[in-house]
Amino acid sequence: MTASKWRWGLIDLVVIVFALVPVLWIASLSFKTPATITDGHFIPREWTLENYRNIFATDQFVRALVNSIGIGLIATVIAVVLGTMAAYAIARLDFPGKRLLIGISLLIAMFPQVSLVSPLFEIERSLGLFDTWPGLILPYVTFGLPLAIYTLSAFFRQIPWDLEKAAKMDGATQGEAFRRVIAPLAAPGVFTTAILVFIFCWNDFLFAISLTSTERSRTVPAALSFFQGASQFEDPTGAISAAAVVITVPIILFVLFFQRRIVSGLTSGAVKG
Amino acid sequence: MADIVLDKVTKAYPDGTVAVQEFNLEIADGEFVILVGPSGCGKSTTLNMIAGLEDITSGELRIDGERVNDKAPRDRDIAMVFQSYALYPNMTVRENMAFPLKLAKLPKEEIERKVEEAAKVLELTALLDRKPANLSGGQRQRVAMGRAIVRSPKAFLMDEPLSNLDAKLRVQMRTVVSRLQKRLGTTTVYVTHDQTEAMTLGDRVVIMRGGAIQQVGEPQELYDHPRNLFVAGFIGSPSMNFLVASASEGRLRTALGNLPLSDRVRQSLESSDASRDLIVGIRPEHFEDATLIEDSIRQRGVEFEATADLVESMGSDKYVYFTVEGEKASAAELEELAADVGSTDLPASGSNLVCRFSAESPVREGDTARVWINLDKIHLFDPSDGRTITLHEGRSTGVTA
Repeated sequence: MTASKWRWGLIDLVVIVFALVPVLWIASLSFKTPATITDGHFIPREWTLENYRNIFATDQFVRALVNSIGIGLIATVIAVVLGTMAAYAIARLDFPGKRLLIGISLLIAMFPQVSLVSPLFEIERSLGLFDTWPGLILPYVTFGLPLAIYTLSAFFRQIPWDLEKAAKMDGATQGEAFRRVIAPLAAPGVFTTAILVFIFCWNDFLFAISLTSTERSRTVPAALSFFQGASQFEDPTGAISAAAVVITVPIILFVLFFQRRIVSGLTSGAVKG
Repeated sequence: MADIVLDKVTKAYPDGTVAVQEFNLEIADGEFVILVGPSGCGKSTTLNMIAGLEDITSGELRIDGERVNDKAPRDRDIAMVFQSYALYPNMTVRENMAFPLKLAKLPKEEIERKVEEAAKVLELTALLDRKPANLSGGQRQRVAMGRAIVRSPKAFLMDEPLSNLDAKLRVQMRTVVSRLQKRLGTTTVYVTHDQTEAMTLGDRVVIMRGGAIQQVGEPQELYDHPRNLFVAGFIGSPSMNFLVASASEGRLRTALGNLPLSDRVRQSLESSDASRDLIVGIRPEHFEDATLIEDSIRQRGVEFEATADLVESMGSDKYVYFTVEGEKASAAELEELAADVGSTDLPASGSNLVCRFSAESPVREGDTARVWINLDKIHLFDPSDGRTITLHEGRSTGVTA
C-alpha cells in the first residue's frame, strides 16, 4: 500500500518536473539581465523587469496582444455558439445525415492543418482576407468547431432527457425548456469548451505565421518570432521569454478561475442519486 | 379535472415495431387507473402518448371531450411525475415547484401561496430552500409530486414514481400517493410494473402485454376472475401455481391426483371446444394444511400428500413449497412471465408448487404433509391460446358452491 503510494508519488513528481521545468526556465530567463542571460543559473543572479518594460514599450507586442485576445475571443464565441446548437441537436435528435455530420467534424479535427496552409493562403489572398482578423478567425472557427461539438455533445448527453420532458410537461416551449433548464445545466460544459477553444486559438502558430504579414493581425505567437533585440547585436532571448510568460499567464488564470465551473457535479440531484 | 378517452390509440415506430396496438380505454373523471405489465409491454409509451411526449400514430386521444392528438404537452394541462423525478438541479425546491406556475405567468403572490400550500400538503415546508442534491430519495419524490399538484392540472400522469425508493419507503409513499389522489380527486394514470402497487392503488387496473390490453377491471376482479393465463400469472404474489391437466370422464388428471370437476366446470368445458389438454391454475392461498380444515368445508376440495421442500414462515402465514413430478405447464404467456421475472434459467425438475398455509400449520421441511385444495377456486386455461375456460359470462365458475 505505502510502497505503491511512494511509487505513484515519484512518478507524479517526475511528470510535474518534466512539465514545469521549461516553464520555470522561461520565467527565469525573462527576469535576467542581458549580461547574465547565458550564465546557466536557474535562479537569476541579477533580477530585472527590464525585459517586461521593453516588450510593453514596443508597439509590436502590445498590438499583437490585442490581436491575439480579439481574434481568440471572437473565434471562441462563434465556435461555442454554433457548437452548442450542433451538439444539442446531435445529442438529442435523430435527423438524416447525423452520422455524416459527426464524421465530417471528426475528419476536420483530424485533418493535418499544415496541408491546408498553402491553399488557405491562396484563397485568402484572392478574397482579400489575407492579413485580416476574419482571415484568422475563419480557420480558428473551422478547427475549433469540431472540438466544441465533441465536448459539448458529451455534456448534453449527461443531462437527463427527463428534465426536458418535465419542463415541457410543466408548460415550457422547446425554447423555454432549453433556455431555463438545459442551458443552465450545460453551462459548465460550455465554459470548459470555451476554454479549450480559446487555448487552441491562443496557442496557434501555424495559421498566425502563414496568414498574416503585418502587425495588423499578427498574434503574439507569430509576433514573437519577429522580435529583435534593441540593437542588431543584442540577443532578444530576454524579451521573447518575457513575452512568452505574458501570454502564458492569462491561460493559467483562465483555467484556475474556471476550474470550479469545469467540475461537472452540477447535474447531481436531478435524478436519483 | 377531466376524463381521458383513448380510442384505438396505436403507436408504431418507423422501423415497423408496434409498441401499442389499438388501445381502448375510458378513464372517468377523478378515477385512479393503473397501467401495469412486464417491461416492454407498452405501458410507458401509452402514458407518454397521453402526455404528448410521443406522437400518436393512429387513433384518437380525448381529454375532457376534446381531441388533443396534435396538441403540445404544455397545451394539454396535465402534470407528470417521472420515475427519475426529473427535478431541476439548478433550482431550489421552491423554484422547482414554482416553475410550472411561473411559466403560466401567474402573479407572484399567487405562486408563493400555491407553493406554500402544496409544500404543506407534502410536508416539504422545511425543505423549500434546499437544492434537490441535498434531499433524500423520498424527499425528492415528494418534490416531484409537489411540482405536479401545484398547478391543479386536469390529470396526473405518473411513470413508476416509486420504483426508485427502497422497499419500506415505497410502501409508505404508496399510501401518500393514494391519499393525495383521493383528496384532490384528480384523474390519475399511473404506470408500474409492480403488481402489488397496481392492486393496492388503483380504482381500476389495466393489464398490458405486448402493446395490447389483456384485461381491465377492479383489482379484486382481476385477481378472482383473470381472463387469461397471463393475467392469472401476473397478478398475485406469490403467483398462481400452474399444472398440466387433462380432462377425462368428468375428472381432471393432474400431478396432484385426479380432481373431480364441478358441474359448471364440466359445462364450460363442453361448451368451449377446448382440447382435452388443459392447464389448471390454483392460487397459493387455496391450498391448506388438511389437518386444519373443518369437516364442513372439507368436501369442497380434495386432498393429496406431498413432501415439503421448504417452509417459509411469514409470521401471519407459512409459505410451503412442494415439488410436483411430471411435466411443467408451458404456454407462451407463462414463458413471457418467467422471462420478465428472470426465472427462465432456474433449474427445476417437475414443477414447483407454492402453498400458503395458516400459521398454525405444524408442517416442517422434509415432512410429508396432507394438503387440501379448494376446488371451488381453481381456474382452467386452454394452453393453446391462454384463455380462461372457467370464466363464465365474466365470472369464473364454482365460486359459490
